[in-house]
Amino acid sequence: MTTAAPTTNHEQQTTNKVVGSEYFVLLLCLTAFAAFAPFTPGFVTSDNLWSILISCLPLLLLATGQTIVLITAGIDLSVTAIIGLSSIVGALVMGGDQGWLRGNPAAMPVALVAMLATGALVGFFNGACIAWLRMPAFIVTLTSMMFFSGLAVWLAKTTVNAESIYNLPTTFLALSRHAWLAALLAVLATLTAHLLLSRTLVGRWLYSVGHNPRASLVSGVPVSGVTVNAYVLSGLFAAMAAILLTARLETGSPNHGKALLLDVIGAAVIGGTSLFGGKGKVLWTVYGVIFLSLLGNGLNLLNLSDFLITIIKGAVILIAALLDVWRNKLVRGS
Amino acid sequence: MSTSATNNEQRTPNTEPAVSFAGIEKSFFGVKVLKGVSFSVGAGHIVGLVGENGAGKSTLMNLLGGNLQPDGGELRVNGQPYAPKNPNGARAAGIAFVHQELNLFPNLSIAENLFLTDFPRVGGGAPWIDRRALRSGTVDLLNQVGLTHSADTLVERLAAGERQLVEIGKALAAEARVIILDEPTTSLSVRECERLFELMEQLRARGLTLIYISHALGDVLRLCDDLVVLRDGELVGAGAAKEFDHDRLVSLMVGRQLSQLYPVRKKERLAPPVESANPLLEVRSITQPGVVRDISFSLAAGEVLGISGLMGAGRSELARILFGLDPHASGEILLEGKPLDGKPPRRIGRGLAFLTEDRRQEGLCMEASIADNLALVTLARHAHTPARWLNFSEIKNVVGRMREAVRLSPSARDAQPVRTLSGGNQQKVVLGKWLLAEPRVLILDEPTRGIDVGAKFEIYQLIHQLADRGAGVLVISSEIEELIGICERILVMRQGQISGEFTREQFDREKILAAALPASKT
Repeated sequence: MTTAAPTTNHEQQTTNKVVGSEYFVLLLCLTAFAAFAPFTPGFVTSDNLWSILISCLPLLLLATGQTIVLITAGIDLSVTAIIGLSSIVGALVMGGDQGWLRGNPAAMPVALVAMLATGALVGFFNGACIAWLRMPAFIVTLTSMMFFSGLAVWLAKTTVNAESIYNLPTTFLALSRHAWLAALLAVLATLTAHLLLSRTLVGRWLYSVGHNPRASLVSGVPVSGVTVNAYVLSGLFAAMAAILLTARLETGSPNHGKALLLDVIGAAVIGGTSLFGGKGKVLWTVYGVIFLSLLGNGLNLLNLSDFLITIIKGAVILIAALLDVWRNKLVRGS
Repeated sequence: MSTSATNNEQRTPNTEPAVSFAGIEKSFFGVKVLKGVSFSVGAGHIVGLVGENGAGKSTLMNLLGGNLQPDGGELRVNGQPYAPKNPNGARAAGIAFVHQELNLFPNLSIAENLFLTDFPRVGGGAPWIDRRALRSGTVDLLNQVGLTHSADTLVERLAAGERQLVEIGKALAAEARVIILDEPTTSLSVRECERLFELMEQLRARGLTLIYISHALGDVLRLCDDLVVLRDGELVGAGAAKEFDHDRLVSLMVGRQLSQLYPVRKKERLAPPVESANPLLEVRSITQPGVVRDISFSLAAGEVLGISGLMGAGRSELARILFGLDPHASGEILLEGKPLDGKPPRRIGRGLAFLTEDRRQEGLCMEASIADNLALVTLARHAHTPARWLNFSEIKNVVGRMREAVRLSPSARDAQPVRTLSGGNQQKVVLGKWLLAEPRVLILDEPTRGIDVGAKFEIYQLIHQLADRGAGVLVISSEIEELIGICERILVMRQGQISGEFTREQFDREKILAAALPASKT
């Protein structure tokens, strides 16, 4: 039974329309921008805005991959570990003093492939445990995170006896020296994810599995395959984020992106992707990433300490989750 | 004013009606769902409330149960004005609502479910549960409803019929004087129904008032003292049950004469049946220990075969085995002469289709749109390589045509979530989804459960149309009349085995029922 909505006056109807709209988070971004602009020194400079854009690219890739997994009503907590492992694997191939292909012109492409393969394999492992062994996504990816980040450190220690690997080839570092390359990669990847979700068969299957895996199974959807796919994609996107971070920080390290995990899920939730599955769009996540980045950057420029920024971000994500409930109620009522 | 008000006053001149509705109005988003309904329910009566899905029965009862508030009109209980703000207010007034979807917690015991909101405490108020009082209170209630389980039994171990009785126990625990029963018999076996009806008559003898909502018109006519018929939010009939008969009820509910409940099957078929030695579907000695044993039968092209039996006989389990959802230890299945195996996607590719018993859990993605649900099984047909790009305009066309073919409610938009549809329309979406796959064999498990008379007829027509085109249809149903009405042959299952087979000439309700009942122990 639908609960009756109270008869709303015009004001409330407008509020409802605004909050329930698809562009709500975009509006939030604009509001945040407008809020910070007059008060924050150095906010509205082209340098700063460019730097926000470039720095949010890894988060964008991670959050896009996470969106795909969230749509299937799953979650991937291992993405930061994938970044670390990928980063080390790539650096072991192409960099440092003992890099396997050090000095070889094929080093970079092989390294890139190896990094992506790492992401895909960890994703496959996650997906297999979740789909075939029927283990809960939270547990699988949480333990994955612990295992693979430990593995990354171990790999670095045993091969080069160090935590990080430097001296990466300049062709690789071009990705950060020429920031537009990184932007292009991120935009292309995000666009591909958007097209996958909105226009392909696999996209429809992802939503269906998120809505009701049992009904999907009866209807002939290859539920296990689709689930594994989702986690492989998440792993691939994490590997792409690893590529960007490794290039930007010019080292292969198991620690890249460790701090990003909550931002990733936060951005997706702020954007409107539901943690319960069946609902989510890449575009929403883009807005969520922009909003969170604007927020973090603005608060940083206001010279707030790091932990204060974390507190504020946490509060914002909580409010976003509450708003999600509110928006769901509105949509149900209509 | 309604006739039953006068009748009640004549019968019990000094008692106020237990419940009275006067001019009740209710709208949702501008759509009037109840248009001024007035009638009374006499104390100590069983009143049947009938009407098609969407007629307003559930809304009316939700008003009584405190889940909703009316926009206009007045409710009275025992003559006093009654306007509950929430279900607690209803409970305080002695009104209990046993919903169609039971509100029990399967992971808790019977005792905990019964006293969930009001555990007996040690010494009256201390924060510790008085386990002894809890147990004796539970045993007392279980005796009242006729259950013999121990108070600590987990509800998940109970059958549907037993859970139903626990729900009524909850109402009795709350000392309800009026109990609303919403479609209580849809998940019950014949024996469990009888038990329920006995209990209802006992409760009536104790002076409780029962409001009984059901589509099982035969039961309603048999059981109730008075009837109220709603159509499109208005009262179209009320009075003593003996003034009504089945046909009159149906025509009141539907607003027109339904000359028959079941469509007449045309003798000529659109596609001439393939005359071959091989039947369309052949099942040979399927056995799964503990579930089904030695099941063998065949299904011809164009045939509608019914499977009858009590709940727990293994019918749904057999269907799941045929479709590939569950394994079988031995035996084989042949489709068009070739062995059928593999998981559902492979079987769907060979032409199998399966409308499951529980459309909410396994038939539909409730939050997804009508269009998404309709397209789900056949989506791959519209995906073009290499990236499996979907042709959305093609899908839209196909979905639109199927909507018309199943006569889905035209006011429902394609993008609406399927959860907003009535039961009948939801079932049409599931059926439409499978019809789009042009199946060779369609298995239907309780296809008309919880659906109103008009929609049932349309679904029977669709089944016949499909069979006329050469498909074979397997219909599992607990309503023997339904099977007699639409099938050419009926198999009966009992305790995992086939216990009888009846061709059209041999159709006999009692014999079919007898084949379903466990053999009596002498």
